[in-house]
Amino acid sequence: MSVESTAAIAAAATPSHAIAGVERVRMPRRVWVGALIVAAYVLVAVFAPLIAPYDPLEQDIVNALASPSWAHWLGTDELGRDVLSRLIFASRVDLLVGFLGAALPAILGTVLGAVAGFRGGWVDGVIMRISDVVQAFPTYILIIALVFVLGPGVTSILVAFTLIAWVAYARLIRTEVLRVRSLDYVAAARASGLRPGRILWRHVFPNSVGQTLVYLPSDIVGATLGLAALSFLGLGIQAPTPEWGAMIAAGQPYIREQWWLSTVPGLVVVGFGLGLSLIGEGIEEWTRK
Amino acid sequence: MSPIIDARGLTVSYRVGSASLARLRRRPDPVVHAIDEIDLVVERGASVGIVGESGCGKSTLAKALVGLAPLSAGTFALDGEQLGTRRTPQQTRRIQMVFQDPSASLNPSMTIGQTLRELLRVHDMVPAEQVHQRAGELLELVELPVSLLNAYPRRLSGGQRQRVGIARALALEPEVLVADESVAALDVSVQAAILNLLQKLRTELGLTLLFISHDLAVVRHISDRVVVMYLGKVVEDRLTEDLFRDPRHPYTAALLASAPRMGVERRSGDTALGSEPGSLHSIPSGCRFHPRCPIAQDLCRETEPALLGPTAAQHAACHFAWTNRPDESAHRGGGEPDQGRLVRMVTR
Repeated sequence: MSVESTAAIAAAATPSHAIAGVERVRMPRRVWVGALIVAAYVLVAVFAPLIAPYDPLEQDIVNALASPSWAHWLGTDELGRDVLSRLIFASRVDLLVGFLGAALPAILGTVLGAVAGFRGGWVDGVIMRISDVVQAFPTYILIIALVFVLGPGVTSILVAFTLIAWVAYARLIRTEVLRVRSLDYVAAARASGLRPGRILWRHVFPNSVGQTLVYLPSDIVGATLGLAALSFLGLGIQAPTPEWGAMIAAGQPYIREQWWLSTVPGLVVVGFGLGLSLIGEGIEEWTRK
Repeated sequence: MSPIIDARGLTVSYRVGSASLARLRRRPDPVVHAIDEIDLVVERGASVGIVGESGCGKSTLAKALVGLAPLSAGTFALDGEQLGTRRTPQQTRRIQMVFQDPSASLNPSMTIGQTLRELLRVHDMVPAEQVHQRAGELLELVELPVSLLNAYPRRLSGGQRQRVGIARALALEPEVLVADESVAALDVSVQAAILNLLQKLRTELGLTLLFISHDLAVVRHISDRVVVMYLGKVVEDRLTEDLFRDPRHPYTAALLASAPRMGVERRSGDTALGSEPGSLHSIPSGCRFHPRCPIAQDLCRETEPALLGPTAAQHAACHFAWTNRPDESAHRGGGEPDQGRLVRMVTR
């Protein structure tokens, strides 16, 4: 509390300026809490083979659908595989798709949107009309159609996400670039003979990315959920590779007796989303100062 | 010696609607001239003030001179060299601008030092190993502590930021400095300090200064010559002293009369400029000022007056600026502009 109130007083005393003088302003505590959660997930994913008590693919039909016990902390699934080990290994593909599925569209969209906003004219027209076309389709239908055409798998999912999700980033950064581009310090940069590329990169871009940084963590959650949804529909990661969404789907028939089969992977997804949301909200608060 | 600034017929136009739509409706091209055929000749080392109401085009003129606004017509020569909107780094360096709002004219994500060093490096102003030292010298030049090199703009006061804005312009060692309303956003006490700094730098560095402002007192303080603009045109161009003592254009006279003065109580109905300034979108016929002019005649509604004067340093664009000049005995002492005289002079 004290950290936040001090920061608020500091913010009130100085003119606020979007991401402006972010120096000296303390990061809100929730960012660190969120970072801790996300870091835990990353560590688990990286060290999965060391942490997981069993081979996630090893079947034990005799012991199928076992309740949690000291041997299997979260029980076993319908093929007798250890649920905890599968959850741990699933974090690898889910985090990979989450991070890349947000980062790739963010990079593509930010570059296109920044160029569109900065250059204006026909460049802007072409880029924004393409984004209109993409946006005219319902997102999930489009993703499903693309993955269906490209065939299931991590690569096609990432390609589909990138081709569709860049639009949001492009619009986000373009609006900011349009605002920043008309400010005096950009005019000053032009008047002092700096090249357009340098002006965009050094003067416009750093003052335009704030909103994108806020949006990015929540989009990682979105990508993870998107993968889970695709797997749930059978278009995502294919059996037997463990994946949270696929595990939720696989546990459905047993929801009355072995309710933990679907619920625990769901909670794992929620926990990851919570960590990222805390980071996103914290960054937003930070950029407002 | 050739003049440092020789601008002829400078015009900056903006399209305000669809050209094809206008053609369909048989209307003229929807274009406004923010500045319209402006001539400006300035000798090296001069300090010229440019004044006028908001929207008169004075900022556009500044932008056109530093290459930020593309010219639709006219030529601009700096020390005999023609400059367009696309300029080589060497050309860019020679004329630099100080912006109006010091809180918006510095990149908030770069320190003062980064801002200055970027310019010094890009323009190769000094050898690489001296860049840091030179940035410090620039701050000293504008009377700021060198320690501010590591500060971000948000930590600076308005006056300090404007000094940095001046230092940035000076980093390229320009011959001409264009200051666009550069003290308008500052406290009055800070204004005086910045004006004195500009004055000092002008003499020390031999700069030519174009000072754009709506504040007559400020212009009077810093300029030896004043150009008055109205709706994109120059209406009067005189030596400061002459202009303030004896304005020849009714617009100038009205501007002077409407400026607040110490110890003078304003009588109601004292100024001629009660109405809103005219709009660039519907420029009046003849003299642009005639709808607001207290001495407008039929001639003014039909014919646009040229910018004329008896000597090279005395110009006014009014049909009655010089012809019906009252004799000197009618000129009451004290040097204060007299709004009523021009009116009487014509209606008599």
